[in-house]
Amino acid sequence: MIEWTGAIVQGILLGGLYALFAAGLSLIFGVMRLVNIAHGDLIILAAYMGLTTTVLLDVHPFLALLIVVPVMAGLGYVLQRGILNRTLGDDILPPLLVTFGLSVIIQNVLLETYTADPRKLAGGAIETASVDLGGITLGVLPLLTFGIAVAVIAVLQFIFYRTSLGRGFRAVSDNQDIAQLMGLNKAHVFGVAMALALAVVAIAGILLGMRTSFDPAIGGGRLIFGFEAVIIGGLGNLWGTLVGGVILGVAQTIGAKIDPGFQILAGHIAFLIVLAIRPNGLFPRVEH
Amino acid sequence: MSGWVVTRSTRASRAAMVIGLFAMVVLAAAPWWAGRADLRLMGEIYLYLSLACLWNLMAGYAGLVSVGQQAYVGFGGYMLFALTVFGGFHPVTAIVLGGVLAALVSVPVAALIFRLRGAYFAIGTWVIAEVFRLSFAQIQALGGGSGSSLPVAIVKEIGAKKAAREAMSYWLALGAALIVMLSVYLFLRSRRGLALTAIRDSETAAAGLGIDIWRTKLEVYVVASAFTAVIGGLIFLQKLRISPDAAFSVNDWTAFVIFIVVIGGIGTLEGPIIGTLLFFALREVLADFGTIYLMVLGVVAIVVMLKAPRGVWGLIRDRYDLEFFPLSYRVRNKD
Repeated sequence: MIEWTGAIVQGILLGGLYALFAAGLSLIFGVMRLVNIAHGDLIILAAYMGLTTTVLLDVHPFLALLIVVPVMAGLGYVLQRGILNRTLGDDILPPLLVTFGLSVIIQNVLLETYTADPRKLAGGAIETASVDLGGITLGVLPLLTFGIAVAVIAVLQFIFYRTSLGRGFRAVSDNQDIAQLMGLNKAHVFGVAMALALAVVAIAGILLGMRTSFDPAIGGGRLIFGFEAVIIGGLGNLWGTLVGGVILGVAQTIGAKIDPGFQILAGHIAFLIVLAIRPNGLFPRVEH
Repeated sequence: MSGWVVTRSTRASRAAMVIGLFAMVVLAAAPWWAGRADLRLMGEIYLYLSLACLWNLMAGYAGLVSVGQQAYVGFGGYMLFALTVFGGFHPVTAIVLGGVLAALVSVPVAALIFRLRGAYFAIGTWVIAEVFRLSFAQIQALGGGSGSSLPVAIVKEIGAKKAAREAMSYWLALGAALIVMLSVYLFLRSRRGLALTAIRDSETAAAGLGIDIWRTKLEVYVVASAFTAVIGGLIFLQKLRISPDAAFSVNDWTAFVIFIVVIGGIGTLEGPIIGTLLFFALREVLADFGTIYLMVLGVVAIVVMLKAPRGVWGLIRDRYDLEFFPLSYRVRNKD
């Protein structure tokens, strides 16, 4: 019994990481209806940036965040204004195919630069540190990851609903043309949204890199996990996304407990069940 | 008024048909004039052309942008292995049966993923492909995660000698490509094709005209998936070895196919042909560079999508008003 409780708690904590994968995806879709196929590869790119920073400067991965987050955010702004803004319109094909092309480019640039060998970020003592909670031992890193996920979502939620920047996001989301008439520069607003999304991606990438080893090919899988968390939680609901991530994480750890080969499959099946029963997710945003 | 006529065929399309028929005869005779390596390459070209035509039918006409058709490539491949090894079927029968089974499987799959709109549909198809990959990796009888080879006895059913086998698998690939292109062409010329074109141009207007959009899309999805599985069977009949990672590879069976269609010209029948030829030309030139080749492909696809979203064929058609597969109607003055 205690083993299963352990698996469920580990799953909940894993869900925090998935929520971080999903938050950026959800933000971009909410603001500009863009689904970024390269999202997972950008997470892996951030992990590799973290690797280079920690190796070159000999610093802890958490300190590397100070460099990787602004660099990824800047990259997001440039990417959005330079390429992605030109693909936005009624037709869903151009953004989809352009981000798909980006995904293949990022993967192969990483492959060329870092080879296909799995790498890991050295987190030091925190990787093995744990706390004992009445029989269940929890890793400090997973706990911290979950805490960061909650904090990131709270901050995004605050930005979205309590700041003028968030008002801009909501305005272009509701009606781009009228927002433009009201004096917002939608190209800039989209750029800032992507910058914010990639800042979250940077955090997710570093945490992923400390938790497990990564290689250039695993981006697609991370995109899928993030996407599943978004759909399970309900489109346009950031707290729902956290719940979606948790459900996915729990399904995976329970699956792994039954049979190690069943881990990822169990997550996909949980997603398909939700899709079959509640196609709009568990907590879809209510339109006011 | 009487001086005006509506036609579909043009001089260019009639010329293309004659040249096409001639080319078919020459290509069908390839086992007698081409070397072994060339034969293999041409077979591969036909199979990619077929995958491109099918993906184009879904994405370019039905608006079903899938990044998960590798699900059916792999399914078809695995059905070839399962039905020949455990069912005792002849490989060709197994491949056709694989197509039928894929059609059956694709209906419940569609019922699920059609709930996702637009770009989310795309990622949903990818999830399905992953579910297929992970499920087949669990089947120990088919080699589990490491895969298996087609037994020699079954390979010999295709042809006792190596040369005969290679010729046979070449003809199967050529025949499959012909059937796929002809089916897509005839489908688009039919009443249903017209409905599909209407949906492509405006879903709302098409619904207003009484077209059942969901059903039309479902038909396209099922037919494209069944054909994709048949092509998958043929691909692994050429390779003679299958593993979950090779069978359900998103790069090999979807990324390349998307690049082919986008570069050639999405939403046209000529596009995939031109795209396939360009793709293989590029591959032969850049094959030694490996990852660079893929980066170049990605960059080319992005530039095409931004600068010329209707691809190479779109540029040619706008410039010369050509159409080799007569799909549109033209009003012409008889006099």
